[in-house]
Amino acid sequence: MIQVDEKGFYGKFGGAYIPEMLYPNVEELRENWEALVASPSYQEEFQQLLRDFVGRPTPLYFAARLSETFGAKIYLKREDLCHTGAHKVNNTVGQIILAKKLGKKRIIAETGAGQHGVATATVCALMGMDCTIYMGELDIKRQRPNVERMRILGAKVVPAVSGSKTLKDATNEAMRAWIADPVGTHYIIGSVVGPHPYPEMVARFQSVISEEIKWQLKAKEGRENPDLVIACVGGGSNAAGAFYHYYNEPAVRLIAAEAAGLGIHSGKSAATSVLGTPGILHGSKTLVMQTEDGQVIEPHSISAGLDYPGIGPVHAHLHAVGRAEFVGVEDEDAMKAGILLSRTEGIIPAIETAHAIHALNQITFNPNDLIVINLSGRGDKDLETYIQWGNY
Amino acid sequence: MNRIDYLFQTKKERVLSIYVTAGFPNLEDTLPVMEAIQAAGADIIELGIPYSDPIADGPTIQESNTQALENGMSIKTLFSQLLGFRAKIHVPVILMGYLNPIMQFGVVEFCKKCKQVGIDGLILPDLPMSQYLEEYKALFEEYGLFISFLISPQTSEKRIREVDEHSSGFIYMVSSHAITGAKSAISKEQEVYFERVAGMNLNHPRLIGFGISDAATFQLASRYSQGAIIGSALIKHIAYSLDLNKDIHAFIKGVLTPE
Ligand SMILES: Cc1ncc(COP(=O)(O)O)c(C=O)c1O
Repeated sequence: MIQVDEKGFYGKFGGAYIPEMLYPNVEELRENWEALVASPSYQEEFQQLLRDFVGRPTPLYFAARLSETFGAKIYLKREDLCHTGAHKVNNTVGQIILAKKLGKKRIIAETGAGQHGVATATVCALMGMDCTIYMGELDIKRQRPNVERMRILGAKVVPAVSGSKTLKDATNEAMRAWIADPVGTHYIIGSVVGPHPYPEMVARFQSVISEEIKWQLKAKEGRENPDLVIACVGGGSNAAGAFYHYYNEPAVRLIAAEAAGLGIHSGKSAATSVLGTPGILHGSKTLVMQTEDGQVIEPHSISAGLDYPGIGPVHAHLHAVGRAEFVGVEDEDAMKAGILLSRTEGIIPAIETAHAIHALNQITFNPNDLIVINLSGRGDKDLETYIQWGNY
Repeated sequence: MNRIDYLFQTKKERVLSIYVTAGFPNLEDTLPVMEAIQAAGADIIELGIPYSDPIADGPTIQESNTQALENGMSIKTLFSQLLGFRAKIHVPVILMGYLNPIMQFGVVEFCKKCKQVGIDGLILPDLPMSQYLEEYKALFEEYGLFISFLISPQTSEKRIREVDEHSSGFIYMVSSHAITGAKSAISKEQEVYFERVAGMNLNHPRLIGFGISDAATFQLASRYSQGAIIGSALIKHIAYSLDLNKDIHAFIKGVLTPE
C-alpha cells in the first residue's frame, strides 16, 4: 500500500526535518489542511476555479500518429492546456484558497524555471494577495521571460544569491523568509517536496490529473486503468498527480522519467534515483544527490524544471519498493522527442515533458498496451532552448 | 559531570557562547580560533559544521560555511583537527550542525568521535524533537552528549515546556522571527518575549541567540537569561582578519565590557 503515515513518512522517506522556528508554521498547516480542504466551502471554490480559471478538465487526447510511431495506444493527458501552460497551477490554486482560509496575507514561493513562480503570481493576482518569488540569480538570467511574466502579474522577484544561486538556494531563501514572518505568510511549495505535510498536500492537489484520467479513459476505452502511466519527475508533482489514483493498482505500470543530462554518470545529470542516496533535503528524508560528506550537489539538466538534486519522498519510496520504474533520459534525446511530438501531433511540449515522451524509447511494452503520458506543460517557455539547440 | 552543567552551576549570569564555523577563515584556523575565544573570556565554544544548505542561518554564516567547504572542511577533517584539543581547551565545546552531513558520516560513529575527542553537546537545528526522542536520545545519552533544542517567539508555552523537558544543558532561545545574522537593536516586542519566557521558571538555563552582536545586546539579553550566543558578528569581524588572535580578543573584550 502506497500511503503516507501519520508523521508524513512513505516507508523510510518523508517526515519534517525543520528548524524549530518553522515548527509552528508547519504544525498549523499539518493540523488544518485536510479538514479545510474537505470542507464544502473550500471544495466549491476549488472546483469552480479549476473549471473556470484553470480550464479543467483537461482533455485526454488520443495521439493517433504518436501511437502509430511507437506501436501502442497512446493517450496524452493535456496539462499543457491548463492556464499558465503547465500542471503547476493545480497546486497553486489549491494552496492559495488554503492560505486565505488560514488568514494569511502574503504568499512566498520558490521557483527554478519560473513555471511555479508564474503559477503562484497568477493566483496571487487572482486573489489580490501580496506575492514574493525567490529565484536563483543564475535562473533569473536564464529565464528572463518568466521573470517578466511574474512582474507583470505584480509579484516581486527576489534573487537568491547564496550557494549555487539556483533552485535549491531559492528554496532555502523561501524557507528563511517564512521563518522571518511565520504568522502572516504562507509558503506555496511548488512540488511534492519539503517537510510534511507538503508532499502529500501537493500530491493531493495534483491528483485531479489521475482522477480525470480514470473517468476519461473509462468513457473512451471502457476501462479506468491503462497499462502504463508515464510522467517526468523533477520534484515529482506532475508524476505524483498522474500516479496518485494508480499507486495501489499494481497492474498499472508507473514510469518516472528523470533527467539524465549529458549522461547519468557524466557528472552533469539530475538522475536522482540512480545518483541519489538517502539524506535530508528541504525538510524531508529522501534520495539526495550529495557528496560523500553530505553536501548537496548541483545537478544538471537542459530543462530547468527537472534540475533539482532530490525527488519527493513518495518517489523515493516508489523507487525503493519497486512500484515505479525510473528511466534516465538525456538532454539530446529529450530535445529530439520534443521535436517528434511537435511534428507528429502538432504539440510543442515543455522540455521537462519531452523527457516523458522519450521514455517510450527506453522501456518495453506490448503492441496492444494502453499508455497514458502526462503532458505536464507546453513548450512556449522553452523556445529559446529549442532555438539554441537548433537541430530541427 | 558534563562541562555544560558544571559551567551553569558555577556561573549564573552573563554566560557568553561564541559560534564560529569550523575551518574558517582558513582550514587550519579551527584550533587557534578556539584558543583565542577561550583566552578572551568566552564561556562556551559552539563549533559549526559547515553545510551547503544551512536554512536556519543568514548570509554571514552561510558564506562562512561555503568558505569552509571550499577550504576542504568535512566532519572527518574536523575530528582529526579536534583530536587532543582538550589539552588546551577547558571550556564546554558544542558542535552545531545540520543533520544531513552527520547522517552521511554515520550518527553512531559521530557520537563515538564526539566522546573520544571531548565534545560536550550538540545543536542540530533540523533534527525535530520527536525524531530525536524516537531515534537518537538513547544514543546521545550513551555518549554523554547534551542536546539543546531551540525555541522562538512563536513557540507555544506547551512546546517550550516540552523543550525544557528534553533539552540537556541549556535551552537555545532564538531572539526573534529570524535566521542568524547580526542585527543592531532589540525591540520592545522581543523584550516582552524574553520576559515571558524568563517568568516560566524553566528547569534549564537559557541562552539567547540570533541578532546578539555587541556589548549592548549582550547586556540586554543577559538581563532576561543566563547569557547569550554570538555568531555572525564575530564571523564578520574575522572574515578578513590578518591577526585572528588580536581581532578575536578585541571583539570578545568589547562584548564583555559593560557599556
Ligand atoms: C512543464 C513542467 N513539467 C514538469 C516539471 C517538473 O516538476 P514536477 O516534477 O514537480 O512535476 C516542471 C517544473 O517546472 C514543469 O514546468
